Amino acid sequence: MNDAPGTRDYDWWLLAILAAICALGVIEIYSATHGSSLAGMQNKQLRWLLIGFVLMFALSRLDYHLILDQAPVLYLIGIAALIAVLAFGHTRFGAKRWIPVLGEFLQVSELVKLIIIIVMARFFAEVRSDELSIQDLIKAGLIIGLPLGLILKQPDLGTALVLVPLLVVGAFLAGLQWKHAAAIALIGLLMLPVAWRVLKPYQKERVTSFLHPEEDAKGSGYQVLQSKIAVGSGGFWGKGFGNGTQNQLGYIPVRYSDFIMSAWAEEQGFKGVLLALGLYMALLLRLVQNAQRAKDRAGMFLVMGVAAVLGFHVLVNVAMVIGAMPVTGIPLPLMSYGGSATLFVFLAIGLVMNVRLRRFVN
Amino acid sequence: MSYWFRNDNRLPQARLAIASYVIVGMVGLLLLGFWKLQVVDSDKYGQMAERNRVRSIPIIAPRGRMLDRDGRVLVDNYPSFSILLLRDDPALIDKNLPTIADGLGIPLSDLKDQLESTKNLPKFQPIVIKPEATNADVAYIESHRSDIPLLEMLMVQRRRYLPGGFMSHASGYVGEVSEQQIEASNGRLRPGDLAGKTGLERQYNDTLTGTDGMRRVVVNSVGKEVKELGHLTQQEPIPGKQIQLTIDYDLQQVAEQSLGMRPGAVVALDPRTGEVLAMVSRPTPDPNDFAVRIPAEEWKALNDDPLHPLLNRAIQAQLAPGSVFKIVTATAMLEDHVPEEGFTTFCPGYGTFFGRQYHCYVFYAKSGPKSHGVLGLHDAILKSCDVFFYNVGMRLGIDRLSYYASKLGIGHKTGIDLPSEEPGLMPSQEWVERTFHRKWYAGEVISVATGQGAVTTTPLQLARLIGGIASGGVFKQPHMLKDAQNVGEERFAIAESTIEKVTDAMYGVVNEPGGTGGHLKLAGIELSGKSGTAQVIGYDKMALVRKGSQYADNAWFVGYAPKRNPEICVAVLVQESGQHGGEAAGPVVRDIVKAYYDKKAKKTQGQLTADDKQYDLSRGAAAAASVHTLPVVKPAAATAAVPARAASVDPQR
Repeated sequence: MNDAPGTRDYDWWLLAILAAICALGVIEIYSATHGSSLAGMQNKQLRWLLIGFVLMFALSRLDYHLILDQAPVLYLIGIAALIAVLAFGHTRFGAKRWIPVLGEFLQVSELVKLIIIIVMARFFAEVRSDELSIQDLIKAGLIIGLPLGLILKQPDLGTALVLVPLLVVGAFLAGLQWKHAAAIALIGLLMLPVAWRVLKPYQKERVTSFLHPEEDAKGSGYQVLQSKIAVGSGGFWGKGFGNGTQNQLGYIPVRYSDFIMSAWAEEQGFKGVLLALGLYMALLLRLVQNAQRAKDRAGMFLVMGVAAVLGFHVLVNVAMVIGAMPVTGIPLPLMSYGGSATLFVFLAIGLVMNVRLRRFVN
Repeated sequence: MSYWFRNDNRLPQARLAIASYVIVGMVGLLLLGFWKLQVVDSDKYGQMAERNRVRSIPIIAPRGRMLDRDGRVLVDNYPSFSILLLRDDPALIDKNLPTIADGLGIPLSDLKDQLESTKNLPKFQPIVIKPEATNADVAYIESHRSDIPLLEMLMVQRRRYLPGGFMSHASGYVGEVSEQQIEASNGRLRPGDLAGKTGLERQYNDTLTGTDGMRRVVVNSVGKEVKELGHLTQQEPIPGKQIQLTIDYDLQQVAEQSLGMRPGAVVALDPRTGEVLAMVSRPTPDPNDFAVRIPAEEWKALNDDPLHPLLNRAIQAQLAPGSVFKIVTATAMLEDHVPEEGFTTFCPGYGTFFGRQYHCYVFYAKSGPKSHGVLGLHDAILKSCDVFFYNVGMRLGIDRLSYYASKLGIGHKTGIDLPSEEPGLMPSQEWVERTFHRKWYAGEVISVATGQGAVTTTPLQLARLIGGIASGGVFKQPHMLKDAQNVGEERFAIAESTIEKVTDAMYGVVNEPGGTGGHLKLAGIELSGKSGTAQVIGYDKMALVRKGSQYADNAWFVGYAPKRNPEICVAVLVQESGQHGGEAAGPVVRDIVKAYYDKKAKKTQGQLTADDKQYDLSRGAAAAASVHTLPVVKPAAATAAVPARAASVDPQR
């Protein structure tokens, strides 16, 4: 395999969109924290972005077929890491999710997300028929079910849920039959009340509002209300950079991270939201376009896996900010502050670049 | 290439296209959500953000002070902190209530009761859970701002009264407004607000109460004040107006000390104007105890005390006036010429009417003759002979007696500007029929004529009555507001000769040999008066039980000076002293009258310049006339409001 793709083969449009989103994030992180004890957080975020950028290019150089070759090994590593974090991981904010790497705490589940994208791409690429059989569907479900269960045990409902769209999108593109989809949907619907009854009250609360204990002093209902007040009071034009009262006075919960869209919407208004969501839409559509132009099904699944995860993040996070979905602690990709999450996105985009770089090869 | 790989480039383009549509649809839905919040409901959320951010903190207006007639401060304020509990978030309250109870040293059950009793008030309205914060409380609240964002402190002005219950019944006291008052006030009153409960505090509550201001501040999410909004949005508090009283601090002090701790009352009036110069009632609670919340047990103890410390005896004690009433009987006799003024009688120590013996007090005298011998009106007043007035009463009859007594004010409120004044009682045929559904017994008038039986008066009534007769039948409405206008006046036409004879006799009580107030004589002052020794039980029964002090006599003395058109008239009641009115109550009258003349002498010699200056200052500050109506008195200008933290509490300064 000729392994020397030129720089002009990179998706510069995709990078431009990415950079723009990162810029919005850094601006809003600055605005949300500059007057508080967290001042200077934007610089930390910039550092993560830089590391992510380098990792992205590094990963794009390594042929994705080689990566897919190692999918079973990666899967075992991921499972082992999840077990390890349950056994030895650091408990921060009431959940065991972190392992120390180079003086920073990294969330293992972010790494596992990346691995599952690769594993799923490998699995669906191996499906030979145009239509996905029920056996394959169940196999795919089991492959995802194991890490999902382990992540739930941390507990991290948000990240666990992120694995579900990987299965859904993968199965859909692998030729999921409509009758299977309908049957699963029906069973799921019927199981819902049963499952609900089985859950204990605190678990129900977990389902409806994913609790970060440290951020939940006044309950998730209060958080969502404050977020909605912030968004709504921003109006069409916004209150202006650094002028959001909900943001600056700390009424928005974790305004630099999970609720950063709330802070952005308050200060930049509907026009700012239009810009941000427009960028995310462009990003996702660009990913689909890259999938459409992939050289093979394996590449296509890889790219669409990334698209599924990122799309899910955007949907759940933004819907939470406007009170349309429960609080689940899923960050907004590239805008929310966070080391592991940022690295994950760049590595995922690295996979996409990887596929793109090799679309004309052979 | 690995075994698994198949160079398969048949991509599911149709399904990828569907994915694109899903993405566009998803973003569109999200934008719709933002449109709803940011464009459709933008105003609503804008207001909510503003309510979040801006908190209105009341600035308590200081209550108006009370000054004496010379401008000396009698009732003042001092700043203090109240602890408020914010009630917006019930879940948070439930969680933190035990911690708060512990931290502030309030029983948890009390806190719960308070929350229960205020649950109908709007949730955004905080409640006062501790009216006076200690330094430890302040430190506790400051250090727990972030983990218990429910407590707030409010600077308030507390009332400070002179210590030891000085003038406390007249001044009254303030207390927290009740739930009913809050509801009735249309949002003007808040929980924890103070209002006058009794006395002048209640009478002039509207004048004394200021209008609270409002400070608007920006608070962050844990309720910490970040900055103050501009002064344009701040409403300055309007302090309550201070009132100047007719009370003379010097005379009041003499009255307080002279009566001492004996249960009873003192009222000093200027009969020319109706001004109350001093008013004392004993026993007295210390109203400073009520300036903050009073524990329920203490309150119950005060109410259950057999000595009734909360009663203002000067206007609420309705007791038999005893021999002081003989002035009424004498006036009726002289006016109606029944019997003729030359009437004399022999007093053998008792009189026999309807086959029953009525004793004269002289019968029980420890020494000297047990009879008054033959005497006329002048001597009968001087010596307070009961037998003489038994006979006069019999001849006058109850109708004449109750007519004059009523005209002289017995059975009617004087109309003083204090709440809860009692009218006393003058019995009559009609009253007996109405109350007891029986006929009047002719013999009953014998007791009434000497101020016993059913007749009761308040000390204030007697001061007004005696002072009014000595003023020639002009009765000024007693009042306590210095610049009161339209002071009520009753004129009762009494013949000059009657007034002369009665006042001569009262002068004689103090200044002639044999008078019951002979020991009260003051050089250079025409002190006149009448003693009274009212039995709590009859003389005869008293002779049987002998001395248990609960049956001891009530001592009265009503004195005035000078002899005609007096400047000062003092009524003193000493309850159950077991002494004769002249002995127990007389010296108090003498002390006050003497103090009055001493001060007057100093003033004319120009020695009271310091006081005068202060007096002028407060007069100079007098401005806006307050508009409020009173029982009958229409008060004039209440002196202008002065910020409360000025001025010492020591009026002697």
